[in-house]
Amino acid sequence: MSRTWAIIEREMRRFRRSPTLIFMSLVMPILQLVVLGNAFGGNVKHLKLAVVDQDHGVPAVRIRELANAVAANAQTFDTVAYADQGAALAALRDGRVNGVLTIPPDYSRRLLAKDAPHVALVEDNSDNFVTATLAASVGNLVVASQPVTVSGTRLALPPSLDVVEVYPYVPYIQYLLPGSIAMSIFMMVMIGGGIIFIDDKARGLHEGYLVTPITKFELIAGFNLSGTIKAVIAGGVLMTIGSVIAGIPDPFAPMRLLRLLIVIVMTAFALISLMFLLMVRVRDPLVPRATFGILNTLLYFPSGAVYPQQGFPAWMQVIARVDPFTYAVHAFKSLLLKNTDLSAVTTDLLYLAVFSTVAMTLATSLFRRTL
Amino acid sequence: MPAIDVRNLVKRFGDFTAVKGVSFAVAEGEVFGLLGPNGAGKSTIIRMLTTLLAPTGGTALVNGFDILKESDSVRRSIGVIPQAMTSDLELSVYENLLIYAKLYGVPRDRRTRLIAELLEAVELTQWADKPVRNLSGGMRRRVEIARGLVHEPSIFFLDEPTTGLDPVSRVAVWEMLRRIKQERSLTVLITTHYMDEADRLCDHIAIVDHGELKALDSPAMLKASIAGRNLLEVSFGSVPEGWSDRLAALPAVDSVTRHDAIFRLSSDDGPRTTEALFDAARSAGVAVSSLAVQSTTLDDVFVHYTGRALRDALQEAAPRDFSFIRR
Repeated sequence: MSRTWAIIEREMRRFRRSPTLIFMSLVMPILQLVVLGNAFGGNVKHLKLAVVDQDHGVPAVRIRELANAVAANAQTFDTVAYADQGAALAALRDGRVNGVLTIPPDYSRRLLAKDAPHVALVEDNSDNFVTATLAASVGNLVVASQPVTVSGTRLALPPSLDVVEVYPYVPYIQYLLPGSIAMSIFMMVMIGGGIIFIDDKARGLHEGYLVTPITKFELIAGFNLSGTIKAVIAGGVLMTIGSVIAGIPDPFAPMRLLRLLIVIVMTAFALISLMFLLMVRVRDPLVPRATFGILNTLLYFPSGAVYPQQGFPAWMQVIARVDPFTYAVHAFKSLLLKNTDLSAVTTDLLYLAVFSTVAMTLATSLFRRTL
Repeated sequence: MPAIDVRNLVKRFGDFTAVKGVSFAVAEGEVFGLLGPNGAGKSTIIRMLTTLLAPTGGTALVNGFDILKESDSVRRSIGVIPQAMTSDLELSVYENLLIYAKLYGVPRDRRTRLIAELLEAVELTQWADKPVRNLSGGMRRRVEIARGLVHEPSIFFLDEPTTGLDPVSRVAVWEMLRRIKQERSLTVLITTHYMDEADRLCDHIAIVDHGELKALDSPAMLKASIAGRNLLEVSFGSVPEGWSDRLAALPAVDSVTRHDAIFRLSSDDGPRTTEALFDAARSAGVAVSSLAVQSTTLDDVFVHYTGRALRDALQEAAPRDFSFIRR
């Protein structure tokens, strides 16, 4: 094993002197966390809602007052009063407003007569997020104006749903953090593992190893342990910085850090095993560089790091099921967002262990101790 | 027992046979040169002898160990300097040697002493803590020479150690090798393109081309073995009819070739031919405008056996040098 340590020592000495490598593997996941987290995480505000009141009765005034109250407080939308329905719809088509709320002339009369009163919301549905936000907000507003709905007949006493949130509110940036940690491990595995491995091979550095009495097992162990150590460092640093940026409560609780470290080590080893399997017979330095983007897309996006897997089509769920990122992200989510203990992530750890064993066994059988 | 005993070694890559049944022996303590154009099979032979490639046929004993069955013992007995510069640029000179000493499992005490001695031998002691990145090509080669000896091997393989170095660095590397070899009683197997260096340093030379051994002897015997030990280049004030035939009939002349005004005479006995040449010119009333007499060099031997100029060969076969990338 002393020869394995010689390889690890060499790699770590080189690693220490490559600040660019450390920087590169951390900067992209952090950037992604900050940019995506803030781009997608916030509430939609200041949409433009055209209000056309053709009724002018007391119930219609109440709806308008409530709409103005939303504009003043939650600021989900700003109201713009239109006298003419046609002008409002023209503004909608031109993109000057996001939706048109029309209170028809017989609204107050039908409301009082309990004769299925309606108000209409015409929306620009080219943006799903805007549509959903506006519909939800206006829907609530109409319900609150009592006793009518946007469409359909309201039950006299509808059953109500009381929502209980088990965990504190999770902003989107926190939701993204587990994926970013996995991504930083992956980046280091790619750059510090795959690319350096093939570059060294092409430069003839491996020839230097192969003429020494080192065994096949010692060589493989040296390459992979050094890769794992580098990836664990990257994952650890990102977890620490990312937790602070995303505002994870009590980010330095020792027991949770320890549990996270275990998941980081297992993830790093699984990804380095995958990388070694993919690169064990490769000699062309372009291959790992070309594979980089493909792997990144195939591993990161189906993992549930940015969007729940339940929304994926069947073929993508198959990728998600074998993707080691899926299990790493799930485990990080449990530990970071729910502060669970390891028993909640045993399936994840088990999968990562099995995945590593299979990949490493295959790679070892493909590894040649000659040129 | 020879230090290296190569027996009918064959290496095929698919349809291409790189080495076609080569046999030779290298005596203990000698410097053995493997010469040949690029793509001739030299590096493949070295890679088989250093256990980097498994032979397709035949075998070899290195330090008495079979390269196939006792590859680990072979690796312990040899030091290898591959063709590519393979030292770690980010590490210091000392660290490069240290890591290799550890890879060879050299115990700490011996390792400290050996590294200090070797750094002294390759004159890099004052550069020990500098990153290899900052060293010149010649200095990097010296780092690699020291690295190859860090476990005190008895046989040293060097694959074109001076290729790409400037003339001063080349001389320095060869001088160093000569000194180290004497101090450490090493057997050295070396490949090179520089015939003058091979001539000065090697005890025996094998010329390889197209994967076959074309000639094997001491440099002096190789030079003696090819016809025409001297080459006379001569031009005349005027050239009478049938002058080439007159020149060919001069004593000891093997052949005459003419390039414009210059006649090239290949001769077994330069002084005798020169004397007869002047006599013949005088009697024919022809003035000798210029005359140069050269001894046969190893370059002539090389061209004689490989049948082509080295420069052409380099251009033809260079891509095979990157076999470690391509295969």
